[in-house]
Amino acid sequence: MNLRYIVPLIAVTLLFLVSYLGAQVSAMQYVLGVVVPYVAILTFVLGFAYRVINWSRSPVPFSIPTTGGQQKSLPWVRHSKFDSPVKGWQIVVRMALEILTFRSLFRNTRMKLNQGGRLSYQLEIFLWVGALAFHYAFLVVLIRHLRFFTDPVPFFVQLVENIDGFFRVEIIYPAFKFGVPGVYLSSFVLLAAVSYLFFRRLFVRQVKYISIASDYFPLFLIFGIALSGILMRYFTKTDVTAAKELTLGLVTFRPTIPEGIGAIFFVHVFLVSILIAYFPFSKLMHLGGVFLSPTRNMPTDTRARRHVNPWNYPVPVHTYDEYEDEFREKMVEVGLPVEKMPEPAAAEEPEQAEEKE
Amino acid sequence: MADETPKPEELIQIDHRPPKTDWMDVPVNIRKGMYCYASNPKSVEYLGLPNARQWNPLDDDWQLPENWQEIIHEGFKERLEKYRSFRVFMDICVRCGACSDKCHYYIGTGDPKNMPVLRAELLRSVYRNDFTRMGKILGKINGARPMSLDVLKEWWYYLFQCSECRRCSLFCPYGIDTAEITIMGRELLNLLGLNIDWIATPVANCYRTGNHLGIQPHAFKDMLDFFVEDIEEITSVQVDYNINKKGADILFITPSGDVFADPGTYTAMGYLMLFHYLKEKFGLDVTWSTYGSEGGNFGFFTSHETMKRLNSKMYAEAKRLGVKWILGGECGHMWRVINQYMDTMNGPTDFLEVPVSPITGTVFENARSNKMVHIAEFTADLIKHDKLDLDPSRNDHLKVTFHDSCNPARGMGIFDEPRYVIENVCNNFYDMPANTIRENTFCCGSGAGLNAGENMELRLTGGLPRANAVKHVHERHGVNMLACICAIDRAALPPLMEYWVPEVDVTGLHEMVANALIMPGENERSTDLRGEDIPGREIVEEAQEESEVDSEEQADEQ
Repeated sequence: MNLRYIVPLIAVTLLFLVSYLGAQVSAMQYVLGVVVPYVAILTFVLGFAYRVINWSRSPVPFSIPTTGGQQKSLPWVRHSKFDSPVKGWQIVVRMALEILTFRSLFRNTRMKLNQGGRLSYQLEIFLWVGALAFHYAFLVVLIRHLRFFTDPVPFFVQLVENIDGFFRVEIIYPAFKFGVPGVYLSSFVLLAAVSYLFFRRLFVRQVKYISIASDYFPLFLIFGIALSGILMRYFTKTDVTAAKELTLGLVTFRPTIPEGIGAIFFVHVFLVSILIAYFPFSKLMHLGGVFLSPTRNMPTDTRARRHVNPWNYPVPVHTYDEYEDEFREKMVEVGLPVEKMPEPAAAEEPEQAEEKE
Repeated sequence: MADETPKPEELIQIDHRPPKTDWMDVPVNIRKGMYCYASNPKSVEYLGLPNARQWNPLDDDWQLPENWQEIIHEGFKERLEKYRSFRVFMDICVRCGACSDKCHYYIGTGDPKNMPVLRAELLRSVYRNDFTRMGKILGKINGARPMSLDVLKEWWYYLFQCSECRRCSLFCPYGIDTAEITIMGRELLNLLGLNIDWIATPVANCYRTGNHLGIQPHAFKDMLDFFVEDIEEITSVQVDYNINKKGADILFITPSGDVFADPGTYTAMGYLMLFHYLKEKFGLDVTWSTYGSEGGNFGFFTSHETMKRLNSKMYAEAKRLGVKWILGGECGHMWRVINQYMDTMNGPTDFLEVPVSPITGTVFENARSNKMVHIAEFTADLIKHDKLDLDPSRNDHLKVTFHDSCNPARGMGIFDEPRYVIENVCNNFYDMPANTIRENTFCCGSGAGLNAGENMELRLTGGLPRANAVKHVHERHGVNMLACICAIDRAALPPLMEYWVPEVDVTGLHEMVANALIMPGENERSTDLRGEDIPGREIVEEAQEESEVDSEEQADEQ
């Protein structure tokens, strides 16, 4: 059981050490700063595309949306547009709510068996808050990092930076300086959210029971990434200009390794590369998969509009004629109408049969 | 069975803490009261499904084909290629655990393998091993394991402890639907002949006789005739009905369970009365069918193909009889199949017309393509247009709550139509707490073919969340009647109520409609369809009898 998080922890620690030690050797700096990122990006792009194409190759034979609200039926019955969407824009809203606000997770409740055998289901909002904090902090961090890959820096990156750096926290002592340059909230929210998600896995018994190595590994990895980023920015004070020289070199395909960047930078880049390369082969692909989930992205108008199954094939059926052949006598006896009258017919019966034809 | 079922005080002692042991190291324990008997080989054979033989889940040897692992692997692969749902759901779960306590079977049993995520992991673990590189390399610590006989037995045990209710799919941030995974898993099991008899035999019956219970056409007609007699006794009106009638306006299809057993029979009587009323008043011609005498579809719990084979009869019969459209009775999974599968599988239906209520002129736009209307929609429309003479005070002795059946809830979204009908046919309606109704509704504990007798403990534990919510409104509002629009509910909820909330009875929607319906030419009713006195309307003779009883009692006391 323990191995499920100890192995990923050891793996991430090793990755940290390997890159830290490697960064001391200048030849290795090229590998860590140029070769690995290129390979990682390539793996990510090809892997991601492969996975999405692979999913798309499997058809959606049936329209199986989960209806989360009142169907569209009679005109005077109030239709729940975004929980039982029928029109394209309604599905778009449903999906947007799902992807941007994690709406289904917001429904989360916690079941409790109380004294006297009474069950209760209380709103449980922490997972939703933690997940939102994690994903949005990550997004902000990503956007901020565009600064390293663009020249000039686009306005929206600047904007996000300004908002993110809104809270100025500065501690300035001769021995300890923190907050210069300005503190970005997102880094610490990310670190806190990752920690929450990790401790949740560790301490909520049901969640611990279902967690596997590939649940812990990305958490440790992201923790390592956030930590190395924070170290660089606030503590070891990596030379930002040199770092940008390297990253810009990568995107312009003129890779260089400037002098004096510092080992932590290479650790950071290396861990990010591992995350990127690992992404397409892991559960992190929920990023792509959520768009393709048939219970969410299908219209709930399955009776109004026929959904076509591309591999629909004929199946053996028990036809009415076969049915009547077996039960004809009994049917006639109780006066049930039949298609064909029984063989040993009385005089007037054939006429009736003809009439029916 | 009944003797061995634990008492409510015992069953409520549920420990939701998972064991210390890794779930893969906890061997499956096929426990009496929790599993259903194995499929009868005759039924499997009749349908031409694989590996028909006598077998017992408790035996070590399940008499599987030599190459069963290959069959499972190939079957798995085929389904990954045919169903995007399956492939995506295998890949994107992050094990956040939001679904874990949403399953009624987990709530009721505390067995961690009933957490939807872990039920899916039973298959996913094999998927990782067989179809992903990461799984193969890392093995167990990454939740991968090779297929083995023990794994297969675990699949069988837990895939028949899922009622495909989809409650978990509502809470999943990616919409992962355990029902879909259970459906695939059961298909794979069926490739090896590993069905349960409570499903296999109804399927064979339905294929042959047109309904799950194996009622032959003449007997089916007898049963309806029997209802006609009962109705006449209660209302003094002799209702008229059509069966297998060519050229009728509408074909009516409903689960055979309602023709067969109480309290569903009262709902069936309700249908007969409603159709008679509509014929008398508006000349509407509705026909029943013996070939299409089943609304439900246990094929859905076997495989997509079997579902299609059984479902084909509905359109075939509508075509043969030359009706305009089809009206469907109250049933749960039947409506999942009709709403989300039928048109795709057995359509298109150019031989039918877009459903229009000839009485109100309402066009059922939402059934424009598949041509099948739910009777709650149909009746709600009639009431809205004031076409039914109703006396809701006849239901005044009832304090009613409504159980949203899982499939019409999360596979269709029919919430307000039945509530509208209820509120118009009775005066005391109280919904259960919001977390337990509508899209959040809890299963009766017996869905997806699990309403057998031998798995009573599973049914009672799985039904606990529902019963608990009923108990809540019973204690708070004095609710004494649980209404539903599902034939399996009508079979499954009475024993569930009997066990957890014995003061509450179960009814179908159209039983209440018929009780309130003032039929042309009827006598003042003194009893409801169950033959029970309507309080305040007992006929005078009974009052005399009562006083006689009283005097007798007094005499006894002396």
